[in-house]
Amino acid sequence: MGGMAAPQVAPVETPDTEEVPVSDRPWVTIVWDDPVNLMTYVTWVFQKLFGYSREKAEQLMLDVHHKGKAVVSSGARERMEHDASQLHAYGLWATVDRS
Amino acid sequence: MSMFRRRGDRYVATFAVDEVRVLRKVASEVVGLLTDGFDHGDPVVGRLFPEVYPEDAAGTAEFRRYTEGDLKTAKIDQAGAILAALPDGDAGGEVRLDAEAAEAWLRALNDARLAMGVRLEIKDGTDLGEELDDAVAADPASSRVFQLSVYAYLGYLQESLLNALID
Repeated sequence: MGGMAAPQVAPVETPDTEEVPVSDRPWVTIVWDDPVNLMTYVTWVFQKLFGYSREKAEQLMLDVHHKGKAVVSSGARERMEHDASQLHAYGLWATVDRS
Repeated sequence: MSMFRRRGDRYVATFAVDEVRVLRKVASEVVGLLTDGFDHGDPVVGRLFPEVYPEDAAGTAEFRRYTEGDLKTAKIDQAGAILAALPDGDAGGEVRLDAEAAEAWLRALNDARLAMGVRLEIKDGTDLGEELDDAVAADPASSRVFQLSVYAYLGYLQESLLNALID
């Protein structure tokens, strides 16, 4: 015993608490039905942007087509805004909302 | 009508002079829409740049402040990809696209169809063949006949390019 240097104490990180959302519901990106966009194109965009399988992308496209809209991604608000702007670049009609 | 086919790692179509003229016209119109007199009140601009928060004007304005410049540049660039790949001069010819240019064409053709779809008041369930028949019956020389034909042509071309790309 003795002779040991005092243990190094790492500074305690204060948890980052400033960004606690008012609501704990995540945000969602919604794609709306559109009379112009080709069904094959919409499916391709979902695969391309989100890396979804052909089956999943096709199901989402059909949801958009038959139900008028579909949630295509969910998560942090900034992430959803990013997704929406990407979808806009492809000409899809996308909005962001709380889930 | 021409369609795209895959040849090796290129996407190739041979266009007649009339097709080149139409493609040059619609791509130039999209560029014009995004540069001269860009107006959010124009329903076409409203469709190409949708309100991201339909019930929150301030949120939409904030989103636009950060994203609209890039989005506009991207849309001008993709319409420019059509103009850049078309044969020079007033002539038909072959268009060869690499994968990147093919995707730019897909997005640009889509923008042009969205713009025309708004102007032509295309709705869910609109039967293009019927619309065209009605327009021809009303006046075969009308601008609506021409616009509907171009709209149908662009859809056909976009589909052929997409099929070549995912084949």
